[in-house]
Amino acid sequence: MKYIDEFQDPDLARRLLDDIHSTVTRPWALMEVCGGQTHTIIRHGIDQLLPDQVELIHGPGCPVCVTPLEVIDKALEIASRPGVIFCSFGDMLRVPGTGRDLFQVRSAGGDVRVVYSPLDALRIAQQNPDREVVFFGIGFETTAPPNAMTVYQARKLGIPNFSLLVSHVRVPPAIEAIMQSPTCRVQGFLAAGHVCSVMGVGEYPELAERFRVPIVVTGFEPLDILEGVRRTVAQLERGEHTVDNAYPRAVRPEGNPAARAMLEDVFEVTDRAWRGIGVIPDSGWRLSPKYREYDAEHRFSVDGIQTREPAACRSGEVLQGLLKPHECEAFGTLCTPRTPLGATMVSSEGACAAYYLYRRLDLTPAPREATPVV
Amino acid sequence: MCLAVPGRVLDIEERDGTRMANVDFGGVVKEVCLEYLPDLQVGEYAIVHVGFALQRLDEESAKQTLELFATLGLLQEEFGDPWEMAAEVGETLPSAGEEARK
Repeated sequence: MKYIDEFQDPDLARRLLDDIHSTVTRPWALMEVCGGQTHTIIRHGIDQLLPDQVELIHGPGCPVCVTPLEVIDKALEIASRPGVIFCSFGDMLRVPGTGRDLFQVRSAGGDVRVVYSPLDALRIAQQNPDREVVFFGIGFETTAPPNAMTVYQARKLGIPNFSLLVSHVRVPPAIEAIMQSPTCRVQGFLAAGHVCSVMGVGEYPELAERFRVPIVVTGFEPLDILEGVRRTVAQLERGEHTVDNAYPRAVRPEGNPAARAMLEDVFEVTDRAWRGIGVIPDSGWRLSPKYREYDAEHRFSVDGIQTREPAACRSGEVLQGLLKPHECEAFGTLCTPRTPLGATMVSSEGACAAYYLYRRLDLTPAPREATPVV
Repeated sequence: MCLAVPGRVLDIEERDGTRMANVDFGGVVKEVCLEYLPDLQVGEYAIVHVGFALQRLDEESAKQTLELFATLGLLQEEFGDPWEMAAEVGETLPSAGEEARK
């Protein structure tokens, strides 16, 4: 247990691990859905502390990574236009589009600004009435409510020069797609805690029942992950498949009703393409007809963009669990955070970035054969 | 981006008909929208994501999380200068990797 002293409460971590070790009687494959959880797992070596029978498969839960190349290219095109102020969260800056990224668009004279909150972008629109201000709205159910509120505010305050380039994604349809894959090996899910802070747990019992798979809502800190694994393994060993909340300090069963109501008002469910995975039915949100005038894709003509994925990048396979990051030939050589071939290397939640940051000198092959999940 | 950080409400005001607060994240103060937690009061803690309070959190949990995030450098990642970080990413990441392996 070489990393365990770094845990916030090493004694509790040891007890949780002992419990997991003594409970496991056979192999189990669990998927952590969220990229933030993947980083915690790799950073703290949690996968190496668990019994050999417990395998963690990294899920497609990094919003930056799953944003399709086509949407990135649309962002780059809009950001390059004169008269546009393009606002984004910082972790989109180095995500490669076809041949360039937002950082390079800015170097070439584009007015690209990084904001902490989408409301900052709205304020920039108020301050620059003669410019078009576009905010890059990506993310899961945690990020969608802030972006929804910003569009709602734009309409309420009558700010005509603000729009949203929207590419939001939803977790439950992704779980469904993963479980429906004929090659799926996932037997239990660690559900993303902060997605559930907003959405609650109401969407999960049907999935748990239909696919006979335990779904345990899990937080992001090392002890949270261990507790999530402990509860999932305990259910599997007992032959159960229920929804369990291992993150009650931040997740109430009903989630955040005000945020959910705003999502329903501003967005509508739509099919959405996930980078490296393809289209998953009903897996995204777009602006509802009432707010369509705030849709940057309607305001700017960006159709017909030709995208080109780098041939050497295998991030699509990484996102599907087909390949561990360090098994890619380009990992750490052709592809680094400074010269990323794909979003998984540059995103703060990307699986390749996690391996590069925390395990870059440890390039031994993964102990188990990776298997496709979607 | 999906990192949500606990913070403590310092003061509350209404702006453009919207309930806003100054929130302290372990020394960094940011403006936060309270529309999704309309009854949050000064002194309480909440989980904040991209400038929006999304769920209440008890003080002890919040302080423990903030301490952990500060130790791991995650607060710098969330609130630091993103241009600087994007420009220096190649230089800073390997050293962070070395650090994590110690």
